[in-house]
Amino acid sequence: MPGRTATAPEAGHGAAAGPEGGGKPAVRAVPAWRRSLRPYLLIVPALLLTGGILYPFGLGLYYTVFDFAASKPQPDLVGIGNYRRILTQPAFWDSARVTVAYAVGAAAVETVLGVAVALLLHRSSLVGRVLEKILILPLMIAPVIAAIMWKLMLQPSVGVINHLLEPFGLGGVQWTDTPTGALLSSIAVDVWVYTPFVAILALAGLRSLPASPFEAAAVDGAGWWFTFRRLTLPMLWPYVLVAVIFRFMDSLKVFDIIYALTEGGPGDSTMVLQIRAYLEAIRFQRYSFGISYMIVLWAVVYLVTMVLVRYLGRIQNRAAEVER
Amino acid sequence: MRRRLLSVAADLALIAYFVFALFPVVWMVVLSLKPTNELFSTYFSFTPTLDSYRTVLGAGDDQGVPFLRFFVNSLVVSLGAVGLSLVIGLPAAYAAARWRFRGSENLMFTLLSFRFAPELTVIIPLFVLYQQLGLFDTYVGMVWVLQLVTLPLIVWIMRSYFSDLSPELEQAALLDGYTRKQAFFKVALPLVKPGIAAVSLLAFIFAWNNFVFPLILTSSNAQTVTVGALSFLGGDRPKYNLTAAAALVSVVPPLLLALTIQRYLVRGLSFGAVKS
Repeated sequence: MPGRTATAPEAGHGAAAGPEGGGKPAVRAVPAWRRSLRPYLLIVPALLLTGGILYPFGLGLYYTVFDFAASKPQPDLVGIGNYRRILTQPAFWDSARVTVAYAVGAAAVETVLGVAVALLLHRSSLVGRVLEKILILPLMIAPVIAAIMWKLMLQPSVGVINHLLEPFGLGGVQWTDTPTGALLSSIAVDVWVYTPFVAILALAGLRSLPASPFEAAAVDGAGWWFTFRRLTLPMLWPYVLVAVIFRFMDSLKVFDIIYALTEGGPGDSTMVLQIRAYLEAIRFQRYSFGISYMIVLWAVVYLVTMVLVRYLGRIQNRAAEVER
Repeated sequence: MRRRLLSVAADLALIAYFVFALFPVVWMVVLSLKPTNELFSTYFSFTPTLDSYRTVLGAGDDQGVPFLRFFVNSLVVSLGAVGLSLVIGLPAAYAAARWRFRGSENLMFTLLSFRFAPELTVIIPLFVLYQQLGLFDTYVGMVWVLQLVTLPLIVWIMRSYFSDLSPELEQAALLDGYTRKQAFFKVALPLVKPGIAAVSLLAFIFAWNNFVFPLILTSSNAQTVTVGALSFLGGDRPKYNLTAAAALVSVVPPLLLALTIQRYLVRGLSFGAVKS
């Protein structure tokens, strides 16, 4: 979509390329200064609101150079003291490790499972057509509600999952009561909610792929695996990448699922960064310290987003060239 | 023969995934129909009762959770958030689609960065600020903060819909003597109506499903269903049947809306990055 200046569409300048080609100059003359201001006037409300969100963010930044807490009525200026304290704390690095493990695990499983589901639905069997209608169901359920559902099911003594596993001699699994189990359980809930997200994008991608390369491959007698590796996957990659970026970035700031399922426990085994910041700022009312955690996470998220979006842009350009 | 087998195997794999996807919801229905005295004694055989729903949808239960009120709160703040985002976002999206001007791309990317920002970065300062301003636990405070969720979505997706419109239609209208304003309201807006409807519903769903804002910025008056559903899990004997009923009641609106916008979901979920 080429950007156009505000002068182009106004008639009476001879430049109007309307369908009638230089039709009657019936438009009331609008002074040029007003025309150049117009887009800005439309954006003003959005700018005000953006400011309304950026102000608390700036305020947060300001708080982090003090040691502002409920227990300190007179906060002192500590400069980068909060950040130094965080980055030298084992607790922060533990949280960072847990957060990355969660994000990588969730995004990886969702990508593989989502693409697999999309491929299976793309075959368009009767079963597939029926099931596709309910594909998005878990995605529309609030993540916190999903976590509550799974919490009820994973309960070791009365939960239905262990009851169903009993005939296989697997009863009594301590799902959310062991460090590894708690992390895997929370990833499982994330996978349950968000796999449809990847599947929907991948399916849209599959349906928009050109048919001719596949016909050529079929004529040459290429096997399923070869076709998938050399044709489907490379052409589908831009679509899958959008899904991966969204899922990875979102999992880095996971909150709802962990809060409802484990609250960061047992021990600190599921203490992801947003949960730790919540406990610091809201529960222990060490505001400055809690916000400092978040500013660090925000900076990381921002950098990772930049890198991934740039990579995505390169991939999409390459895909566009291939189609030409 | 081998083909048939493969096809059957693929269908079975699909069915396996959908069992995983649907079982939790089915199990919630089962739990919510169980009487309290049979909650932990059996799994599949019991005398079904609607008591849990009566309790949840009544004035509250013996724990004093006014769930119906939370439901209304969710409705009010989600509608308010979407309404405000439309009023502010539609003109901005139109301007961003039709003109390139200094700062437009920067503003768009600032909006997009809201989508990926960790919520607590803004919420913790707001928690302090809202207490001072008297916005804590109010509808206005919730509608304001939910803009973080609804506005980027509406602006980005509506920009992609406006960009897909041929500008010639508006130019023709201008040549016929319409003002710019009229061209926007009478030509451009009606053409993107389906897009507006879909993106509004999607924004509503995301606002409804939000948990972290009401958790921190409300306490009782403006509390929403997502926070309310958790309160049934409190106490020493968590009431599984009430929790399940509350969970199911709170997912009804988003699920009903989602079914009506299936066609538009791809563009909406990917912020216009993928068009179906």
